[in-house]
Amino acid sequence: MNAIEPLLSVRDLRVSFALDEGLVRAVDGTSFDVMPGQVLGVVGESGCGKSVTMRAILQLIDRPGRITNGEIRFRRDDGVVDLARLEPRSAAMRDIRGAEIALIPQEPMAAFSPVHTVGDQIVEAILLHSHRWQPGKRMGRSEARDITVGLFRDVGISMPEQRIDAYSWQLSGGLRQRAMIAMALSCKPRLLIADEPTTAIDVTTQAQVLALLRDLQERYNTAIIFITHDLGVIAQMASYVVVMYLGRVMEEGPVDDIFHAPKHPYTKALLRSIPSLYGQTRVALPVISGALPHPFNRPPGCPFHPRCPDAMPRCSDAVPKLMPVPPNQFASCFLHHEEVDPA
Amino acid sequence: MTRYILQRLALLPLLMVIYSFVIFVIIQAPPGDFLTAYVATLASSGSSISQEQIEAWRAQYGLDQPMIVQYWLWVKHLAHGNFGLSLEYQRPNAELIGEQIGLTLALALFSFFLTWAIAIPAGIYSATHPRSIGDHILTVVNYVGVATPNFMLALILMWVAFAYFDVSVTGLYSPEYADAPWSWGKFLDLMAHLWLPALVLGIAGTARLSRIMRANLLDELNKPYVVTARAKGMKEWRLVLRYPVRLAFNPLISTIGWYLPMLFSGSLIVATVMNLPNIGPLLLRALVNQDMYLAGGILLIYSFLTIVGTLLSDVLLALVDPRIRVEG
Repeated sequence: MNAIEPLLSVRDLRVSFALDEGLVRAVDGTSFDVMPGQVLGVVGESGCGKSVTMRAILQLIDRPGRITNGEIRFRRDDGVVDLARLEPRSAAMRDIRGAEIALIPQEPMAAFSPVHTVGDQIVEAILLHSHRWQPGKRMGRSEARDITVGLFRDVGISMPEQRIDAYSWQLSGGLRQRAMIAMALSCKPRLLIADEPTTAIDVTTQAQVLALLRDLQERYNTAIIFITHDLGVIAQMASYVVVMYLGRVMEEGPVDDIFHAPKHPYTKALLRSIPSLYGQTRVALPVISGALPHPFNRPPGCPFHPRCPDAMPRCSDAVPKLMPVPPNQFASCFLHHEEVDPA
Repeated sequence: MTRYILQRLALLPLLMVIYSFVIFVIIQAPPGDFLTAYVATLASSGSSISQEQIEAWRAQYGLDQPMIVQYWLWVKHLAHGNFGLSLEYQRPNAELIGEQIGLTLALALFSFFLTWAIAIPAGIYSATHPRSIGDHILTVVNYVGVATPNFMLALILMWVAFAYFDVSVTGLYSPEYADAPWSWGKFLDLMAHLWLPALVLGIAGTARLSRIMRANLLDELNKPYVVTARAKGMKEWRLVLRYPVRLAFNPLISTIGWYLPMLFSGSLIVATVMNLPNIGPLLLRALVNQDMYLAGGILLIYSFLTIVGTLLSDVLLALVDPRIRVEG
């Protein structure tokens, strides 16, 4: 890594849900860094804890979920703040939400209230954090509206003056997601969390939205955490990749190294399961054997060992630590080192 | 929107004709007519009346005509705004109903607002604090409220008020104001009496409404747009009131339509028990005595209120929910 201080630094984060059936450890000791202006890709199967991790960063974990351990250090102008220590409903946390860390949710269809116009909802976000636009001055509605029209133009919505008064269900999926991006960018955040932003829209629109995000990222130098289960999207978007499985980071590293020289058996298995244009046709696509364990029955030791082709006896006894693996990656696997994670 | 309202209003006379016919058939359905009931009453008090006299009255009131002719006469008069004469009271029905309708409306509206003013905040509290102690207490209160018949509640409250606080809570006025002309004092006296029957009338509705509000709001609170609003950095209570409450409210608006006539007719037993001077007891008496034009007049007003109430809630719903307004 380089000498720049990370914008966001997550250390040993643990989030668990106390359900009637038992404790579900959705995030179980996750650590990663986001550098300023970096696009960080987070990949993993459904239920691997990637969305919960992102919710935890914004302190948006719903009951009965709770952050039980770890730090989420976020660098602001006036120093570093540990988000994990902030009360979810505190003014300090609300000051950061939307203003410094913004969220692009997964389902653009339901992410807007259907009985308020999209413009109305974006204007509200701007007014909430109006000091980011004009420090020390109150902003009027019409001014916020003008800003919203500008934002709509920025994200490539045609006829922004009319679209601003539309309801979300009057817009197409692509437009809706563009409006959502406009809202997320409305307060010039330093960090954008995009939670599978393209999963619910069709492929053509998906490509346009990705191009838009890339373009905006370059223009404003916003750091983005890009969550997806689509490795193709990661390859297009991210410069650094974190691979998660059952609430833990399996491997992380620069995108090229992850794709061309994966170290962890789970990453290798994920990459093998992508269909290739150049591969043999009419051959069954390799799948990862076994099924994702039930959240109440986490395997002991390395969470991936029951499905791992390279499992060794010790994998079921101890949890491997996330350690540097030459040349550029980090992996938590006993194939590459002997370090045990004590927790 | 305007076109839609006009279309609905244009349907109103047709619906009223259908309702009036159904109502007339039903009040005609019991054997005998007003005079048989009248004769029975006289006989039970020991006096009698000659058969010729009865036949003369029967002819005078048109009771000897076939039903369809009687119906036609009734409707013809109704079309001219004439509700006819009460056979029992020998006074115009419009006058009889008019005397009661003011207080009936006051009671119904008061009870309606009381219901919403209690139920909505209670429902919001329960949904935002699910499975808390407060929520559990409200749940118990609600189930008791739904399960207790309101006349029973009226009797218990009357007994408690009388036995322990030595106040009589029947009627809507204290004796000294009962026949007094309207004054500030009489108004205050009315208000002092009105809240208890209003509460009794509204209690089951309140309980039901707050359960519905709780369920609706719990659903809405899990919707992604709530997360979006939270991620914007909104204050929690402002967010809840502005987004999910607003959406949880919509289905309730459609209940306003049938709520008003229900308060009207639902007050019958309570009003009889609590000796309230409203339309309930008047209708009951008219039905028992087969005072058919009075009963018909009252039932027709109920039907009218139902139709207007439904139209009203449709219009309200369209006003608050753009999804209906734009498509409709």
